[in-house]
Amino acid sequence: MGKVTRIALAGEGGQGVQSVAQILTEAAELEGKEALYIPNFGIEQRGGVSIAFVQISDQKIPAPKFKTGDIVVALSDRAVRRVQVHVGSETVFVYDASIEGVEEDLPKNARKILAIPALEVANKKLHPRVFNVLIMGAVIGATKVVSLEKAKEAIEKRLGYKFEKSPELQELNFRALEEGIKLVEGMEVE
Amino acid sequence: MNDKPITGEKKVFMTGNEVVAWAALAAGAEVMFGYPITPQNEIMHYWTRLAPKYGRKFLQTEDELSAGFTLIGGVLAGKKAFTATAGPGNVLMQEPMSMAEAMRIPTVAVIQQRGGPSTATVIYSQQEVNLTCFGGNGEGLRVVYSTSSHQELFDYTIKAFNTAWKYRFPTFVLADGYQAKMRESLVIYDPFEKMEMVEPEPFVGKPGTPGVDRKPAHLRNAYSVEEELYEALSKDIADYEKAVPELVEHESFNTEESELLVIAHGVVYRSAAMAVKELAEEGRKVGYFRPITLRPFPQEQLKEAARKAKQILVVESAYGQLYRLVRENLYGADIPLKTMFMPGVGITPEEVREKCVALLDGKEA
Amino acid sequence: MVEILPKMPKSWNPESKPHKFCPGCGHGLVLKALGQAIDELGIQDRVVFGCDIGCSLLSWDFFNVDTVQTHHGRTTPVMVGIKRANPNLVVVAYMGDGGGYAIGSQHLVNAATRNEKITCILVNNTNYAMTGGQMAPTTMPGQKTETTPYGRDVEETGYPMLGPEMVAAITREGAYAARGSVAKFAQLKKYIKKALENQMAGRGFSFVEALSTCPTNWRTNAAQTWQFIEETMTKYFPLGEFKVPEGKED
Repeated sequence: MGKVTRIALAGEGGQGVQSVAQILTEAAELEGKEALYIPNFGIEQRGGVSIAFVQISDQKIPAPKFKTGDIVVALSDRAVRRVQVHVGSETVFVYDASIEGVEEDLPKNARKILAIPALEVANKKLHPRVFNVLIMGAVIGATKVVSLEKAKEAIEKRLGYKFEKSPELQELNFRALEEGIKLVEGMEVE
Repeated sequence: MNDKPITGEKKVFMTGNEVVAWAALAAGAEVMFGYPITPQNEIMHYWTRLAPKYGRKFLQTEDELSAGFTLIGGVLAGKKAFTATAGPGNVLMQEPMSMAEAMRIPTVAVIQQRGGPSTATVIYSQQEVNLTCFGGNGEGLRVVYSTSSHQELFDYTIKAFNTAWKYRFPTFVLADGYQAKMRESLVIYDPFEKMEMVEPEPFVGKPGTPGVDRKPAHLRNAYSVEEELYEALSKDIADYEKAVPELVEHESFNTEESELLVIAHGVVYRSAAMAVKELAEEGRKVGYFRPITLRPFPQEQLKEAARKAKQILVVESAYGQLYRLVRENLYGADIPLKTMFMPGVGITPEEVREKCVALLDGKEA
Repeated sequence: MVEILPKMPKSWNPESKPHKFCPGCGHGLVLKALGQAIDELGIQDRVVFGCDIGCSLLSWDFFNVDTVQTHHGRTTPVMVGIKRANPNLVVVAYMGDGGGYAIGSQHLVNAATRNEKITCILVNNTNYAMTGGQMAPTTMPGQKTETTPYGRDVEETGYPMLGPEMVAAITREGAYAARGSVAKFAQLKKYIKKALENQMAGRGFSFVEALSTCPTNWRTNAAQTWQFIEETMTKYFPLGEFKVPEGKED
């Protein structure tokens, strides 16, 4: 329906999926697009899987939540299982290659399944703290919903106060974004 | 101390709870009384951060009864004041709201519906329609705006203060957990630059000595004889009925062409509207009607919209709360009413579309 | 020449007199003490009087002061809201023992804890009188009421609530808590006046419990009524001040 890009990001608390969603939708705003972002929320409990529902479009976005995403990202084994319900025949399913023991749980009905070495790249080439920005890069690379330029602007807007204190952080974040885009290059997800 | 929270217009991207706090600030609300309950908490969080910058006040009370009654006190003293609540908090809020109804006290309450009955979920529903429209031991002499977007949340929160103070009926902005927690864009503005804003005035503590310079205000809600109550209530009902044509608001689409009329309110209306517009573009004879005021209900407007309809579909995240209003307001119309009830869960455009297609194709009776 | 005080306080509303309370009811005396205190402090133009449900509601037009009759137990929060919105007003929350100690006890406790600058006057007549004489939080051990026809059994229903003692225990410096009695009018009036002054000085929460009479539901004659309040009640509910701001002691 319409030209809405639907993105579901799922991970463990602390993996930063909600901040990715927030920066991503802010980038879409800067791009002049319509964006809607809603976190899953319930009775606060430790150890729940955190999901962010993001929609980006050129037009007003109808419903706050959706059943199936165009791209669904899972960053932990539990997240892989939890987001199955949001995967359909049009879905590109992305998960981190380092997640073990989920082979049986990968969705059978997805259009495409991509295992990306995000955690490995973050740990070895960058820094574990920018793992979520790397994921954001992968999402942008796969969907092209926002430009790299606006993504950087949105990051600057949100983390600028940190960059002022330590300028090397800005470089690290921007590199993570670019590395993330590279992770899905040539994977023909569009 | 800043005077104007917003000057001119500004495009923003924020959560619905933040929108409500900004709208109340922009409308000139001077004090909020509240008690924590999800999903409205961030209204208080933003208010307590913003309010001191503009000389506004906040009180966290011991429960929603107290939030409602301190709200009444603040209004009686002549302040634009408001509260926000949800679910079980809305249940408790009905006691003070019935007093506001009885005494024509212009309270404003924002309701972020969550799942019910009981504690249920803190997430979302449209199950507080009955309660918000008709809660309390009374006749539902209230105004209830059901919003569907952040822009409306901003516009109608501002409007709620004007409506409350103009008509002196408790006024509610009925949203939901989705609207509370999601982020989307809207334009915020200074309403004082755009429209006439109704000024508040005190009910008690006016200048002069009561009994000497002026009559004392003797405000009550208890009567010793039936006839006394009947007289007071009849006047309120007459005032309410007189205001109905000025208060009712709705939106409709393609009703002249449609054999199937879809009725939805609040955030579900968005899904219904999208499904209907798509089907209409494909040449299907379908339209929608969306009440913005659930109380009073746009009865004449609904009857007009339903004139051509061969069947009606009521879609809601509740088990027939909107349906009851529709049925009552369509009394006499000989049109089959079909339903799509999903109490406590969200409804997507795809789901509405599927149901519409089945009804249009005669595959579902 | 001896100045003779008028019988009716200036702040009373003569149009609603004679008042609506039962013969022998103590409310009239408590409201007389309040009326005189208002007159002496010269605050008729800025008092807002709130009355509860129960017999106290009959005072909705008692004074020539702005008055709000609220719901059962909810007078305290309404007065809190008024006071916070307009601190220049002097607000009085007037309630019975049921309204203050049962259905509205959370409001009393929390208003006291927040040290709200309001004055609460609670009339203790040991029963729910308006509804026909049921057991109240203040009903005496062994006392017969409509819901304790064989007398209040403290094993079943506990002991009478000690309000001013509780308020004194949960408030900080600046608050005022006292218990007077309609049987000791001058003392009661002094307490009420101090409670108003304490609010006016912005020191803190001010609370006066007034022991009162209810011959209708006690089913007592005049002598028995006075005996019950002066002996039985006063033995359990001691008169006096329980919390007084520094420098305001007698």
